[in-house]
Amino acid sequence: MAKLRVGVVSPEREIWSGEADMVIAKTIDGEIGIMPKHAPVLGVLVEGGVLTVKRGGGEPDLVAAVHGGFLSVADNEVSILAELAELGSEVDVAAAKDALQRAQASVEANQEDADAAIEAKRARARLRAAGEEVG
Amino acid sequence: MGAQLRLLRRRIKSVRSTAKITRAQELIASSRIVKAQQRMQAAVPYEREITRAVTGVVSNTSSVDHPLTVSKEQPTRAAVLVVTSDRGFCGGFNANILREAEALGTLLKGKGITPVPFVVGRKGIAWHTFRGREMGGQWDGFSDSPSYVHAKQIADTLIEAFSAQDGVDEIHIVSTGFVSMLTQEVAVKRILPLEIEETTAKPETPLPYFEFEPTAGAVLDTLLPRYVESRIFSALLQSAASEHASRRRAMKSATDNANELIRVFTMQMNQARQAEITQEISEIVGGANALADAAAGKE
Repeated sequence: MAKLRVGVVSPEREIWSGEADMVIAKTIDGEIGIMPKHAPVLGVLVEGGVLTVKRGGGEPDLVAAVHGGFLSVADNEVSILAELAELGSEVDVAAAKDALQRAQASVEANQEDADAAIEAKRARARLRAAGEEVG
Repeated sequence: MGAQLRLLRRRIKSVRSTAKITRAQELIASSRIVKAQQRMQAAVPYEREITRAVTGVVSNTSSVDHPLTVSKEQPTRAAVLVVTSDRGFCGGFNANILREAEALGTLLKGKGITPVPFVVGRKGIAWHTFRGREMGGQWDGFSDSPSYVHAKQIADTLIEAFSAQDGVDEIHIVSTGFVSMLTQEVAVKRILPLEIEETTAKPETPLPYFEFEPTAGAVLDTLLPRYVESRIFSALLQSAASEHASRRRAMKSATDNANELIRVFTMQMNQARQAEITQEISEIVGGANALADAAAGKE
């Protein structure tokens, strides 16, 4: 079966590139799963989403926290253009937990604190990408 | 020791210490170019992909009607983003940029457009402040290693000015493009209203027909600002690499000149010393002869 060529890039570096069987990402409309021969798509990703790349062939799945950005699919090529992205294996779990707690505290203190709400979303995504259970 | 000799020694000492400084600057700059180039390389995939995506959207939707792509019929004000460095010691780097920015300003004025400078880098800010020019915005402190956050700040300010009712109608960017280690060129580009730039040659196959999640308009709304950010980020990175390259070159020629000076001064110093010795010898010989003559006369 044909494989997808996947590239995860952020403005400052290329985070990961390689081949995969399936890519699952979260756009504003909802989750989207891309398999080979998918129609060309350009989607806007949500803030604090988790990206899963199923590499197949016995390789472990690649999980990354992706904050904002785009997904573009054309000719079996999937590009994830993230403003900020972090591979699950690179996440500092303790720091992310800490960030989540701080963000939640400031959201509770001030409901309209949009920055803190985004911060909390990001921290949750990072923890999920690292394979941690988050409420 | 003669006065001239002492003077030359002092000058050689001072030139030598200057050469040490310029040499160190040269080495620092050379090591930083490599880093700056790597960062430039690292930013290429994102830029390529986002350009491809924008091209895809624009070529798909027959009538792109987005505020960021529409040019006004009668533009009256234009923002000019001038990217300079924070530190000097880099030859004509800043002078070239500012000259080009001035030329662009004159050109715009000729068309009846008032240029509003937005300046990056301490040198450019100082230049504008000194001349009492009003700036639309100024940023400094990151010219030698810009990060994406900085590009975002700049892009946000510019896009805000562009979208505002009585804001600017065009955005130009004057920055130094990094061609190679030896060549850096000042480039003037218009970034808004958008002109999609092809970074690579046109693909042979027509671009596929995209589906949009959620809609073409929503995608454009988020895609275009990112595209502008990415262009500004690329300009900042190239400018940083160019700054290091021209600093290295300037410092290299400063070191070379200092070494040449040291060579010339050393030669003059040796001559002076030799002349002094010759004079001393002839004085001694003269004195001895005079004594000998006096002694002969007595006998």
